[in-house]
Amino acid sequence: MPRLSRSSHDATVIDLPFPRATIDRLRRTLAPDFERRAQVIREHYDAQGGDPFGFDFDFAEYVLLVTGIAYRSYFRVEMKGLENVPSGAGLLVANHSGQLPIDGVMIGTGLILDAPEPRLVRSMYDKWASGLPWVSVFLSRVGQVVGRPENSDLLLDNGELLLVFPEGMKGIQKTFQKAYQLDEFGLGFMRLALAHGCPIVPVSVVGAEEQYPAVWDFKYLARKLGIPHAPVPLQALLPFIGPLPLPSKYRITIGEPMMFEGDPDDEDQIIGEKVWVVRHTIQRMLEKGLASRRHVFW
Amino acid sequence: MTSRERQADGGAKSEKRPRSRTRARRQAVEAEGVLVTGACGRLGLQLVRRLHRIEKVISIDRRPGTLLPADVVHHDIDIRRRKSRDIFRTSGVRAVVHLGIMHDPRRSSAERHSWNVEVFSSILQYIRTYRIPKLVLMSTAAVYGPHPDNPQFITEDTTLMGGARDPELRDLIEVDMAAQSYFWRNPQCETVILRPTHIVGTVRNGVMEYARIKRPLLAMGFDPMVQLVHELDLVTAIERALAPGVSGIFNVAGPGQLPLTRVVEDLDRSPLRLPSRVLRTVIGLSSQLRAVGLRQAQVDYLMYPCMVDTSRSRRKLGLAGMHDIDACILEARHCIAEEP
Repeated sequence: MPRLSRSSHDATVIDLPFPRATIDRLRRTLAPDFERRAQVIREHYDAQGGDPFGFDFDFAEYVLLVTGIAYRSYFRVEMKGLENVPSGAGLLVANHSGQLPIDGVMIGTGLILDAPEPRLVRSMYDKWASGLPWVSVFLSRVGQVVGRPENSDLLLDNGELLLVFPEGMKGIQKTFQKAYQLDEFGLGFMRLALAHGCPIVPVSVVGAEEQYPAVWDFKYLARKLGIPHAPVPLQALLPFIGPLPLPSKYRITIGEPMMFEGDPDDEDQIIGEKVWVVRHTIQRMLEKGLASRRHVFW
Repeated sequence: MTSRERQADGGAKSEKRPRSRTRARRQAVEAEGVLVTGACGRLGLQLVRRLHRIEKVISIDRRPGTLLPADVVHHDIDIRRRKSRDIFRTSGVRAVVHLGIMHDPRRSSAERHSWNVEVFSSILQYIRTYRIPKLVLMSTAAVYGPHPDNPQFITEDTTLMGGARDPELRDLIEVDMAAQSYFWRNPQCETVILRPTHIVGTVRNGVMEYARIKRPLLAMGFDPMVQLVHELDLVTAIERALAPGVSGIFNVAGPGQLPLTRVVEDLDRSPLRLPSRVLRTVIGLSSQLRAVGLRQAQVDYLMYPCMVDTSRSRRKLGLAGMHDIDACILEARHCIAEEP
């Protein structure tokens, strides 16, 4: 019986205009055991017959090389508590800040490059993005999933690690005056954790607030666009500093897993009490992280 | 088992309880065959060739039954004609498998709608009148429709949104809904609705038409995940659906899924990528000129996912060991290569 070329060991490799030696050197610079880490993730999904959401490590690897440079050299991320990442299904719950979701990218990169056992972090993106050409393909190839309850159920059933930002858009669009003050948390993540009996792992990210400090909330524009906030970052007011985020040093702390029990369909007030515990834990972790840092940029 | 299925089981048992001994004897003698509509189609032929070895098969189709096995009783008539009533009445039918759904995009939408809806309502009427205990309808997963915000795997309970962007699908949704309505109203009849995803094999359908194109069109910037099902696995699913006690709605798809571009590559085709708006215009014009067997609305399949959750069919129909997506692609390649 003929076999498909894809089934052979000579898997298709994306050809980039860089010499292979340069890429290999970059891999080793990012993580001395990069090959082993890549192999662990590949084998995990190969064993399942491929990822049903379209994650493709051959593609994601090149994205990882770019985010890895930002992780190691630009934001110089310091990750603590990696041993707290569960080996099975779990929800990483983090504070969200910095106008662009670079915090999520750094957490995901760190869990592949630095975790004792590399894990792919799955996060959900808004439904409207799935209708955008290129964007939807890019997101699915790097392992992200359309924000549907059915999808999150399936991911947790498959033992995946889900990254959740319960503050949502309100959190990421905070102005600099409200830096490191957590906004209200949604309740959905707690219902999800209760339904699947999986641990909630609190994560605090210190450093993201300073990458695009929003100095003004353009409320008129926000009203016209129908969005909660229209933050104006410092880079927009001082164009000579360039559009790139400021190279603030990231300090990411992964807390101990928290287990909750109860009915996922309980009333909002009961769920809200459990959510408050998680929110309070992350706020405490943020305060601790802020107290221990010597400077924003180093 | 859902409350409705328990109800259906109970209903079926009470139906088997005859009013008199004479009637019981008559039912035992007569209720022995499976009536297949659309049996002269490619999928119908595969089904009939498998079923006729184990039980009596009666075929109704407007096409001549020259390829049917010799022991199949073929009726070369239009189901909408009054004469077809006699076939249901006198042939001793224990189950009806309705495959006779018109998908041909070259037919006018009015003709397709009239055929699909009228034929099915006639079948439902005969089943009700002659108390036939089993109905299997071959619907399609296209009734869910490809949408950007679809869940990755659509379950059987999901709303049928296929007609929102594709008006040509409304008759199929109407047929599916009519079967669902019959399922709830007539618990004495075990109604099974099968919703297979893209079928590959000797069948002539949209996906095989697409696979035959030398330079298949793709939408720039989109690459949805797709599932396929082998026609023989679908025949197995129908066979299992005919077993006593089985009722409900079942999605059917083979194991595994792949991005569309990978499927096209594996079919040894070099695709032509166009912006989605241009693609819609090209397919729309070609469709109006009857140059391709695809509809403009089917461009959505090149952009958005429409994959189904098959856990219910695997569990209740016992569909294991099906052809996976690689085997389906190889089968499609083989079928295309064999064509003159």
